[in-house]
Amino acid sequence: MIDNILFGHMPYLFIVTAVVGTIYRYVANRYTWSSLSSQFLENKSLFYGSFPWHYGIIIILLGHIIGIITPGSILAWNSVPLRLYILEISGLSLGILAFIGLLVLVYRRLTDSRVKAVTSSWDVLLLIVLLIQVATGLANATMYRWGSNWYAASAVPWIWSILTLNPRVDYIATLPLITKVHIFNALIFIGLIPFTRLVHFLAFIGPIKYLFRPWQVVRWYNRDTQTENIVQYK
Amino acid sequence: MDIRAQLSMSFNLDKCIGCHTCSVSCKNIWTTRQGAEYMWWNNVETKPGAGFPLTWEDQERYRGGWEVSDGGNLRLKLIKGNKLRTLASIFFQPNLPTIDDYYEPFTYDYQNLFNAPAGDDQPVARPKSLITGDFMEKISLGPNWDDDFGGSPLYGSNDPNLKGLSESQKEMLTKFHKLFYFYVPRICNHCLNPACVAACPSGALYKRGEDGIVLIDQDTCRAWRFCVSACPYKKPYYNWATGKSEKCIFCYPRTETGQPNACAHSCVGRIRTVGALLYDAERIQEIAKLPDEKLVDGMRDIVLDPFDPKVVEAAKKAGIDGNWIAAAQNSPAYNLFKKWRLSMPNHPEFRTLPMNTYIPPLSPILHQVKADRGGLFDPEADDFFNDIDKMRIPVKFLANLLSAGNEKIVIESLKKQMAVRIYWRQKRVGDIGEKAVKSALSSSGLTPQDCEDIYRLNSLATYKERFVIPETHRESKSTVDPRTMYEKRGTVGFGTKKKELIGRQW
Ligand code: HEM
Ligand code: SF4
Ligand code: SF4
Repeated sequence: MIDNILFGHMPYLFIVTAVVGTIYRYVANRYTWSSLSSQFLENKSLFYGSFPWHYGIIIILLGHIIGIITPGSILAWNSVPLRLYILEISGLSLGILAFIGLLVLVYRRLTDSRVKAVTSSWDVLLLIVLLIQVATGLANATMYRWGSNWYAASAVPWIWSILTLNPRVDYIATLPLITKVHIFNALIFIGLIPFTRLVHFLAFIGPIKYLFRPWQVVRWYNRDTQTENIVQYK
Repeated sequence: MDIRAQLSMSFNLDKCIGCHTCSVSCKNIWTTRQGAEYMWWNNVETKPGAGFPLTWEDQERYRGGWEVSDGGNLRLKLIKGNKLRTLASIFFQPNLPTIDDYYEPFTYDYQNLFNAPAGDDQPVARPKSLITGDFMEKISLGPNWDDDFGGSPLYGSNDPNLKGLSESQKEMLTKFHKLFYFYVPRICNHCLNPACVAACPSGALYKRGEDGIVLIDQDTCRAWRFCVSACPYKKPYYNWATGKSEKCIFCYPRTETGQPNACAHSCVGRIRTVGALLYDAERIQEIAKLPDEKLVDGMRDIVLDPFDPKVVEAAKKAGIDGNWIAAAQNSPAYNLFKKWRLSMPNHPEFRTLPMNTYIPPLSPILHQVKADRGGLFDPEADDFFNDIDKMRIPVKFLANLLSAGNEKIVIESLKKQMAVRIYWRQKRVGDIGEKAVKSALSSSGLTPQDCEDIYRLNSLATYKERFVIPETHRESKSTVDPRTMYEKRGTVGFGTKKKELIGRQW
C-alpha cells in the first residue's frame, strides 16, 4: 500500500513538478538559470570539492541514464564476469570520488563564513538530499552485489512503467529498504530541480554550443533579431 | 572590407592628477549595489604600482589575453585555444582571481559611536565586512590601496612593467626620496578582439555591432566566470551576490544620446576625449597576430581614414549613419591615435586590440641630465629635445606599458609633445629661437598647424570638442518596440532582480 503511494503515485507528482516548474523557470526567470559560483569568495577547498564531485556525479548520472535508455546493453556487457567487475569497480570508485567531493563541499558551505553569506536554504536542502543520495547509492553498491545488473533488470522496468503511465510497483517492491530510500530520494532530487541551483546542469547546452561557435559574438540592435546574432570576425 | 564603427576614449596621462573623481562618479552611477561594492569599472592606478586587482598585468599568473601558437594561430592564453579545456575547467578555474586579490569590501560600525555604553574609553567604529557582516580584524587591502605608493616601496617594485629596466632606472621609479610616478586611469577597453567574449561558454558577452561597446547579457550569464579570467585587463568583475559578471558598459545609455561617459564627463584634469573610429573588421585576426613591435602600427593601420572617399562610400554601404561618419571625421580619438600618432593602446601585446588609447606622460629631464654631467646644466647648450630618452620615467617603462616594448613609438609621441611645447614657447616667450622650433618640428614630423591643433585639443578644447559622440537613434530602428520604451523606463538595468517567489534558488 505505502509502496503503491510512494512508487506508484508520487513519481508523477515529482516529475510533473520538475517538468512544469523547470519550463516555467526557463521562460519566466532565465536570470536565475545558473549555479551561483562561490569560487570568487573561497577557492582553496572548492578545488577538492567541486572537481571530484562533478566528475564523479556526472559520469554516474550518465551511467544511470544509459541504463534507462538501453538496459539490454548493460546486461549484455555484464554477461562476461570480468566486464561486470570492471563496471562495478569503476562505478564504485566514481561514487566514492563524488562522495568525498560532496563531503568537502558540505563542510565548506557550513564552515566558511564568506561562503555561508551566499548560501540559501535551498542550497542546504539540496546538499542534504545529495548526501543521502550518494550515501545510499554507495551502500547499495557495497551491500547488495552487482547493482548494475539488478538496476537494469528491475529498477529500469519500473522506471519505464512509470514513464509509460502504467506503474508496476511490483518490480521494485522486494528491493531492500536502503535501495528504496535511494529511489525515493532520487524522486525528491528530480522534484527539486526547478527550485534549486540544480537547473545549472541543464545549462550545459551553452558550453556545448561554444565548441562550435566562432570566437567572437557580435549583436546588432538594428538588424533582425531572428538572425543568429553571432558573427565571426573575418 | 567590412567597415564598422567603434567608440574610443583617449587619456592624456600627462594631465591626470590622480584625483579619482572618474572612479567615484562611475561608482555612484553603476556599482553601489550588493556584490558590486568591490568593483571599480573605472579605476586609477599609480604607476609603478601593483594595480587592481594585484599585479593584473602579470599574465604568467592570470593567463589573460591571446597568444600566437607555434602554428601561427591566434588562441586564448587561458585555454590554449582548446575549447574543450573550457569544459574541463568549468567546475573550478585555476586562474580566477579571488576577492582577496581585489579587497574585501567593508563598512564601519558607526552606530557604536552613538550606542556604546558610557565608559572610560572613546568608542570606536570597527570595520565590518560587507560580505559576511562580521567584524574585520584589520583592513589589509582597499580601493586604491597602493595609491601614491601606499606608504610602501613594495607595491611599486612589484609592477610587472619594470621588467627590462636597469637597476638605477628602477631606483628612480621606486626608491623613496628619489621616486617618480604617474597615474593610469583604466576602464574596459572595448577591444576589437575581446578575450572576454571569446572565452564565454554561454555566449553572454557580445560586442555591439553599431558602436563596438562590449556588454554582458545578464540573463544569459551562467556564472562560469571565464570572462574574468580571460580578460587581460581584469575588467569584467564577478558579482558574488547575483552570480553574474558585470563590466564597464561605456555608459551606453549616455553615449547613445550623445552624452559623454560619466568618468570622462567628470574628469577634473580634462584628460579624456571620446570619439568615433571606423575600422576594417576583416583584418582583426591578421593584426592581432602581428609580432609585438608591430602591434601599435598595425592597430593604427586597421583604423581607416574617414576622409578617404572610398572609406566613406563603403561605410555608407555598410549601413553606418551619416552622423557617425561625420563624427569619425571630427574625432579626437582618430586625431590623437592615427593622425598625430600621439596616443597608443595599453598593453597591445595582450592582443585583444584594445580601443582606448593613452598619451604617454612627459617627465622632468633636467634632474637626470644634471646628474649625468656632474651637476652642471646649461639651458643654452643642452638639448632638451634629444634628451627625451633621459626622462625621469624611463622610455622603456612606458613602452612596456603602452607599446608592447617598442620604444620608438613612445619616443615619437614624447618628441611630438616636446615639439608642441617648443613651438608654443617660441610663440609666446620667444626665447628658444626659430631654428630650434624648425628642427623640433621637422624631426618630429609635425606642422605648425598640428601644433596649434594639438595644443587646442589638449588644453583649451571645449566640451563639444572633447566629446564628439554621435547619437545612435536607437528609437528609429531598434528591435525594441518604441511604444514600449516608456513602459520599460526604470525597470531594466543593473541590480533590478526579479523578486523570487521563494528565496534565492540559484
Ligand atoms: C552538466 C554539467 C555541470 C556543470 C557545467 C556544472 C557546473 C557547476 C559550477 C560552475 C558550479 C559552481 C562551483 C563554484 O562554486 O564555483 C557548480 C556547483 C554545484 N553543482 Fe554543478 N555542474 C554540472 C552538473 C552537476 C550535476 C549533475 C549536479 C548534481 C547532481 C551538480 C551539483 C552541483 C552542486 C550541488 C553545486 C554546489 C556546490 C557547492 O555547494 O558549492 N552539478 N556546478
Ligand atoms: S578590456 Fe573589456 S573588451 Fe577587452 S577583453 Fe577586457 S573586458 Fe573584454
Ligand atoms: S578624474 Fe581625470 S584627472 Fe582625476 S583621476 Fe580620473 S582621469 Fe585622472
